[in-house]
Amino acid sequence: MPEVINADDLGRAIRRIAHEIAERNHGIENLVLLGIPRRGVPLANRIAMVLEEIEGTSPPVGALDISMHRDDISSRPTPKLHGSSVPVDVTGRTVVLVDDVLYTGRTIRAALDAVNAFGRPAAVQLAVLVDRGHRQFPIRADFVGKNLPTSGAEQVVVDVEEVDGSDSVRVEVSSQEVQG
Amino acid sequence: MSLLTIEGLPAAEISRLLDLADGFVEVLDRPVPKVPALQGRTIGMLFYEVSTRTRMSFERAAKALSADTMTFSPSGSSVSKGESLKDTALTVGSMGPDLFVVRHASTGAPWRVAEWTGLPVINAGDGAHQHPTQALLDCLTVRQHFGKVDGLRVAIVGDIRHSRVARSTAQAMATMGASVRFIAPRTLLPFDVEGWPVETTCDFDGAIDDLDVVYMLRIQQERGGGDVFPSIGEYVNRFGLTRRRADRLPEHTMVLHPGPMNRGVEIDPAVADGPRSLVTKQVANGVAVRMAVLLDQLSGSEKT
Repeated sequence: MPEVINADDLGRAIRRIAHEIAERNHGIENLVLLGIPRRGVPLANRIAMVLEEIEGTSPPVGALDISMHRDDISSRPTPKLHGSSVPVDVTGRTVVLVDDVLYTGRTIRAALDAVNAFGRPAAVQLAVLVDRGHRQFPIRADFVGKNLPTSGAEQVVVDVEEVDGSDSVRVEVSSQEVQG
Repeated sequence: MSLLTIEGLPAAEISRLLDLADGFVEVLDRPVPKVPALQGRTIGMLFYEVSTRTRMSFERAAKALSADTMTFSPSGSSVSKGESLKDTALTVGSMGPDLFVVRHASTGAPWRVAEWTGLPVINAGDGAHQHPTQALLDCLTVRQHFGKVDGLRVAIVGDIRHSRVARSTAQAMATMGASVRFIAPRTLLPFDVEGWPVETTCDFDGAIDDLDVVYMLRIQQERGGGDVFPSIGEYVNRFGLTRRRADRLPEHTMVLHPGPMNRGVEIDPAVADGPRSLVTKQVANGVAVRMAVLLDQLSGSEKT
């Protein structure tokens, strides 16, 4: 299947998301970026690097493992824990959750639950590289790299350099994997 | 389905459980050390033997995963009216637990509970036979400290014959690639020790400068462990981890003990609380390991 986002597009999407985050929040003071493993974490790091260029300083970046907060643990094999690392107390801060694909919204529902284990944020915002639709919860993203209307029979595959060796987004015909 | 023994569990499977447990160490370190993974699930705890750390550790693990627990102990229960293990298991089983944790003085009791109830069972110690979650937490503690288990030289010292910990931990560590040695009076070695993946010796002093891990065991007076040597003084002299002996250990050697400790007998108090001791780490890791095992048992299948 052809790429719908190539490496250059992906870089531009990250830059745009970073600019929008800075604009919406009037800078980056009091922000913390939490990537959702696995691919949300490198994406959060890249957004932070662009914010550093724009603002001269970067917000703290962490990882938020949501596997123990999913609502389908009893019907899936034992999950692997990726581990959370939340570098600051999130209480009173604006948390920007970063993920690769927004689909049903279940991952983000779990993330909203998980973030509470680390404190009570002043606000939570959501940045995703791809929004493919098909929401099952009333959840929307604040920052979207690309809206990519798909059918339920398709799968959106995001590769990032840090995990997969290259940057790209492809649409493939269905697999069993459920994205959140 | 069920974790009854460490025997036959391949190294890859043990590693997978340890990796999962490592993840839970992080969960337990959070400001709110609780996740909803097992919300709505109930753990039936049948503890026929006295226990502090194992029972509380399982309860803490279950609650950190948001499961509910029902705990049974024989004192003050219908056991005093003559109720059998089978009837108790079936009675508690009818109250809807998803899993049993069983500790019993008789070898094989957890197998029978699994058979009678059809539920998954975690063996929390059966007689002098097995204690698989203890073996896993020992492996986790050693792996965290040394970064590996493979290739380490481990001595298990003391009342091996009556110890389910020795049986389970020796098997697990040998499976993970450690070379395991039992150090004990001959009278406290198991009869069938020849078939085990371990070396044996009665000479603690002769082995001492060749060890990465020294795992001290309590003399199990209640199982007759104290009846087979002339005096406690002589035992301490030959098999106790005294300060003098501990001072002769290589600098990197670490000390483990499954508890409860008899300070001044198998281990000197200064060694038990000293910088080599991983004893409190073992207890902390016990919660993470039991979370991993509970989750592993209860994920991947719908509630029945």
